[in-house]
Amino acid sequence: MTQGEIEIQLLAVVVAAACALPGTFLVLRKMAMMSDAISHAILPGIVIAFFLTHNLNSPLLILAAAGTGVLTVMLVELLMSTRLVREDAAIGLTFPVLFSIGIILIARYAGDVHLDTDAVLLGEPAFAPFDRLIVGGRDIGPRALYVMSGVGLANVAFIALFYKELKIATFDAGLAAALGFGPVLIHYGLMTFVSITAVAAFDAVGSILVVAMMVAPSAAAYLLTDRLRDMILLSVAIGAASAVGGFQMARLFDVSIAGAMATVSGLVFLAVWLGAPRYGILAGRQRRIRQKWEFAEKMLAIHLFNHEGLPEADIEHRIGHLEEHLSWERDFARRVVRRAQSNGLVRQVGDDMLALTPEGRQAASEAIENL
Amino acid sequence: MEQLFSDYTLRMVALGSAVLGIVSGGLGSYAVLRGQSLLGDAISHAALPGIAIAFLLTGSKAPLALMIGAALAGWLSTLWIMSVTGTTRIKYDSMLALTLSVFFGVGLVLLTYIRQRAGAAQAGLDTFLFGQASSLVRRDVITMAIPGGGALLLMVLFWKELKLLAFDPEFGRTMGLPMRRVDLFLTALLVVAIVIGLQTVGVVLMSAMLVAPAAAGRQWTDTLWKMVLLSAGFGAAAGVTGAVLSSAETGLPTGPLIVLCMGVIMFLSLLFAPNRGIVGRRLRARRNTGRFQLETVLLDLYALGMQHNDPRRPHPKGAVQAMRTSDVPVERLLGRLEKDGLVRRARNGWALTDTGLHNVESLKEERT
Repeated sequence: MTQGEIEIQLLAVVVAAACALPGTFLVLRKMAMMSDAISHAILPGIVIAFFLTHNLNSPLLILAAAGTGVLTVMLVELLMSTRLVREDAAIGLTFPVLFSIGIILIARYAGDVHLDTDAVLLGEPAFAPFDRLIVGGRDIGPRALYVMSGVGLANVAFIALFYKELKIATFDAGLAAALGFGPVLIHYGLMTFVSITAVAAFDAVGSILVVAMMVAPSAAAYLLTDRLRDMILLSVAIGAASAVGGFQMARLFDVSIAGAMATVSGLVFLAVWLGAPRYGILAGRQRRIRQKWEFAEKMLAIHLFNHEGLPEADIEHRIGHLEEHLSWERDFARRVVRRAQSNGLVRQVGDDMLALTPEGRQAASEAIENL
Repeated sequence: MEQLFSDYTLRMVALGSAVLGIVSGGLGSYAVLRGQSLLGDAISHAALPGIAIAFLLTGSKAPLALMIGAALAGWLSTLWIMSVTGTTRIKYDSMLALTLSVFFGVGLVLLTYIRQRAGAAQAGLDTFLFGQASSLVRRDVITMAIPGGGALLLMVLFWKELKLLAFDPEFGRTMGLPMRRVDLFLTALLVVAIVIGLQTVGVVLMSAMLVAPAAAGRQWTDTLWKMVLLSAGFGAAAGVTGAVLSSAETGLPTGPLIVLCMGVIMFLSLLFAPNRGIVGRRLRARRNTGRFQLETVLLDLYALGMQHNDPRRPHPKGAVQAMRTSDVPVERLLGRLEKDGLVRRARNGWALTDTGLHNVESLKEERT
């Protein structure tokens, strides 16, 4: 890779990691769509700040965007507080209107502004290496890399400092309020960091794909662990891996880097959904199959136990009789018997008779007790 | 307005926007009532890869081919959302956000792939991002009107089933209706509404076309068919107004203007709708509080009198005030009651009149 490509790759990884941090809490707090709303709604804030400063790199842009993001959250909550619309409708109303205002502002002053709508929606990290940060006459790297790293560190600091508060407010808002942790304050704090991250990632990945980088790695991590700390670390790792994979894919096919990053993060999620050890659907299917056999073996043991030592045992303990008594298919019955034998629950006596082993007898009586 | 009848382009743009407004407003009612306002956002973003694949496969930019691709992708995205939320603990909102952004990313990859392979032939696919209402021609309007009209017709034909789905799907299930299939059917209708709107307003603003007219219509009525009609009307009105504004104020994009018009309609509805509107509710609340306070003062005066076994016995203002907290404007209330002839000024304070006493009797009954 060339120097420029290494810089782009690094930026992509930093963006993905910075987005995954607040993303974890959005996924857990059922507020994932707020990231979509905020990333669109901050547009007018950015445009107005840009009109004031005429500088796309001004820190004022980040402040304005953060302010607009918080304003969006407040507007959504104001709409909900009228109890005339539900939360989903309130979100669905607020962000398109704010986004429209932003687009109209851009169109109205298009002549004076080097800010076009494509760039806002799509973003492209490939241009990042052209904008250098010069300190004391020395070129120390792409500016975006420093901005994004700063935002990422701010996210780390926010989560580290308020870890306990975020955790309680996320999993038990009522308890958080009762303990005086101010869940509302935590909520707005989180939203501020989501806004700051969204605007900083804007140039690199655009307003829609920032949502992918916030939600997809966190959703995948959510299927892999039950611990908050692990989930945060995992989602950062998955995000970074998606950034590496995405950039390589984009290089290979010469396509949009941001789009490829989102695509790879989606593929990672797909793989996790299918193959996660506990919560994946394949694991779930296997668990159901295993349970089916275990249940059948237990049924067999109970059946034998019930008739053990009684006069009818000669009939009931015959393998051929299982089809009739438990209404099992012949083939199924033979497979259950074979599994039960290899698990040491029953043993074959003669060529068609079954008998319980001591383990089988214990399993049956335990199963009956548990009923 | 005059232009609307003379200018062909504007007429087509306005007509197209009106068609879109009617279809999305009508069908959006169900999405809003079911709490699925954001599903439209997911579907519209998810349509992008479908458009790109349709172009890759057919090599044509014929609206119909692209629409079918968009519809299939949108439909697929909802199935994927449903199956993930159905099989794991991932919540609905996470899946919406994930699906819309990942599908959009795939679409973007495909679009950039097409761009470097097909060169100029692909020009125009990008319009689906922001929509380009100003380029609508007669053929586009027809391509929008036929599937849109079909979707509305199906909505009317399956009115009862959709109504059950929106308000009481459990009851529908106990009646033996296949509610899951009805759900998929409604999603298909929504997909149609979204797909015909993509070319006009683009993926980002499409969700507002579904949500805003319906949320506005909801404020004016509690009856489903009235709400659907109102939403469709609001959608059409915003569409035409946006189109006219965008042509008069040259250079302004149509889609965002339509959305802003819808925002205004929504805002006015929230404020001024007769029953649910904020202004009406405030006024009613104030009137009720006022009447309640008047009655309370009347009852207080009676209670004070009864302590002396004489309901008509006058009491000074201070005594009446002492019955309540200091924020109750007893003096003003007594003045109002005097004007109504329910109390009168006596030598040492205020006393009930005969009419006042009569009112107290009925009030006592009312409050017990």
